[in-house]
Amino acid sequence: MTTLSRRADNHHWRKIKNALASTATFVSAVLVIAPLGLVFFHLLVNGASSVNWAFFTQLPKPVGEPGGGMVNAIAGSLELLALASIIGIPIGMLGGVYLAEYGTARVSWLLRFVADVLNGVPSITWGVVVYGLVVLRFKGFSAYAGGLALGLIMIPLILRTTEEVILLVPNGYREAALALGVARWKTIVHIVMKTASKGIITGILLALARVGGETAPLLFTAFGNRFWNHSLSQPIAALPLQIFTYAISPYDDWHRQAWAGALVLVTGIFCVNVMVRIVTRGRTASVV
Amino acid sequence: MANPDPTVAERVERPAEPPPTGEPAPPLTFEVKNLSIWYGEKRAISDATLDVASNAVTAIIGPSGCGKSTFIRCLNRMHELVPKTRIEGSVLLHGEDLYSNIVDPAIVRRRVGMVFQKSNPFPTMSIGENVVIGLRLNGVRNQKFLNERLEKSLRMSALWDEVKDDLHKPGTSLSGGQQQRLCIARALAVQPEVLLMDEPCSALDPIATAKIEELIYELKTQYTIVTVTHNMQQAGRISDYTAFFYLGRLIEFGPTTKIFTNPSERQTEDYITGRFG
Repeated sequence: MTTLSRRADNHHWRKIKNALASTATFVSAVLVIAPLGLVFFHLLVNGASSVNWAFFTQLPKPVGEPGGGMVNAIAGSLELLALASIIGIPIGMLGGVYLAEYGTARVSWLLRFVADVLNGVPSITWGVVVYGLVVLRFKGFSAYAGGLALGLIMIPLILRTTEEVILLVPNGYREAALALGVARWKTIVHIVMKTASKGIITGILLALARVGGETAPLLFTAFGNRFWNHSLSQPIAALPLQIFTYAISPYDDWHRQAWAGALVLVTGIFCVNVMVRIVTRGRTASVV
Repeated sequence: MANPDPTVAERVERPAEPPPTGEPAPPLTFEVKNLSIWYGEKRAISDATLDVASNAVTAIIGPSGCGKSTFIRCLNRMHELVPKTRIEGSVLLHGEDLYSNIVDPAIVRRRVGMVFQKSNPFPTMSIGENVVIGLRLNGVRNQKFLNERLEKSLRMSALWDEVKDDLHKPGTSLSGGQQQRLCIARALAVQPEVLLMDEPCSALDPIATAKIEELIYELKTQYTIVTVTHNMQQAGRISDYTAFFYLGRLIEFGPTTKIFTNPSERQTEDYITGRFG
């Protein structure tokens, strides 16, 4: 009896430990989701009332005048992302292909290491670098400089995801194509990259979502603009910059607009992530 | 330039060996001479010499790791995909040295097609696209010609009747045996002279295997076929010539009937009768 009862005690204690452990994991899981819920809740409460037609169609009004919108900042963000894509997508993708398909072990190791370090560089550093290289040299803030800063951030992100998804393509497909007498580069473009295309597109979209919300690299490069940008060599507005400027201002109306801008930005990034989900679901035939 | 190509000279000076049976020697597709292959420091094939007869099936047998796959891959330079390979000796395809400096491996592979152990239709492509992709990527644009090759290749690989209404479906939607025949059709579409098969049936069930074997039997009227197999019975059923490799050496090569009924080497007999391997 004694042994049995002691075992019962143990059993009781074990049940408590079990419950503690599962509670701890559950609480952690909730803590992961909670910030997103909180952010959305706050943005909705503070920003939803200011997200209206004028927000998407009007330029900012001068201080003191109520109303106005951020249409120039929304358009500016899209322009900056387009400029960044011109630099970031081809270089990142081709670099990733090089890593996965051509690089020798030592070169690949070095490139991968550098890309990982670059991915960890604080984004404001990119702003300062581009300020030194472009803004000072051409004596002015510009959309080009902002696009370059964002593009430089995209390169290592796209490079690493492209490399990873290309390495997932089974070697059998490369061999099959090469055995048909297809040239190596055609095999890579038409067989390997096509097979990995969903993964590559996912990487590009995630990189765009990441830099779309960047503020720091734009402070010294795109600079921001309260009016339409008429030339890419002039300063340009961007949604995150506008939010920053409005949020630190002393005006209540601007604060409301900042909340609205943040809501629009987060919704946009949310939409990109939903697109990624749709892309990755797509055709089941593909492996990646 | 006294002796620009030693292999040619060797070929000329080779004494004419009278065929043992007194029949005229069959026309040759490959002449492999003193072939050795290294992967880095490791020697995978040592000094192999054999002739591959045209319009016949040559089976390569031997235990795992004996160099079978390396040997078959060196017939279309596929083994070069592994870095740091080195080759000695020569491989002649209809008298041309495959390893001459001026030869483009891609051209070699267009003339010497290959089917792999694991069927590998391209997952992003339909059945039809899979068949003609080799031609497309080699620059053929004429849609009429592509359609002709599509049907012809699928008929040759005995798949046409099963898939003719489903050409737009993904190649990966087919069964394992059908996928392997699709891969054979894909290889045939570029009109090679030779078909190399690296254990084409080892991942298939007996019925699918029987279909592929039947196909091999029919294809040899038009193609020279070299196949690697683990399956002794299969080698006996489908091949006209058999080469037995062991530890990277070609132990014995000859007509299949002779290898299987009256091998000259003790090791061949031991392997075929299942005493090792």
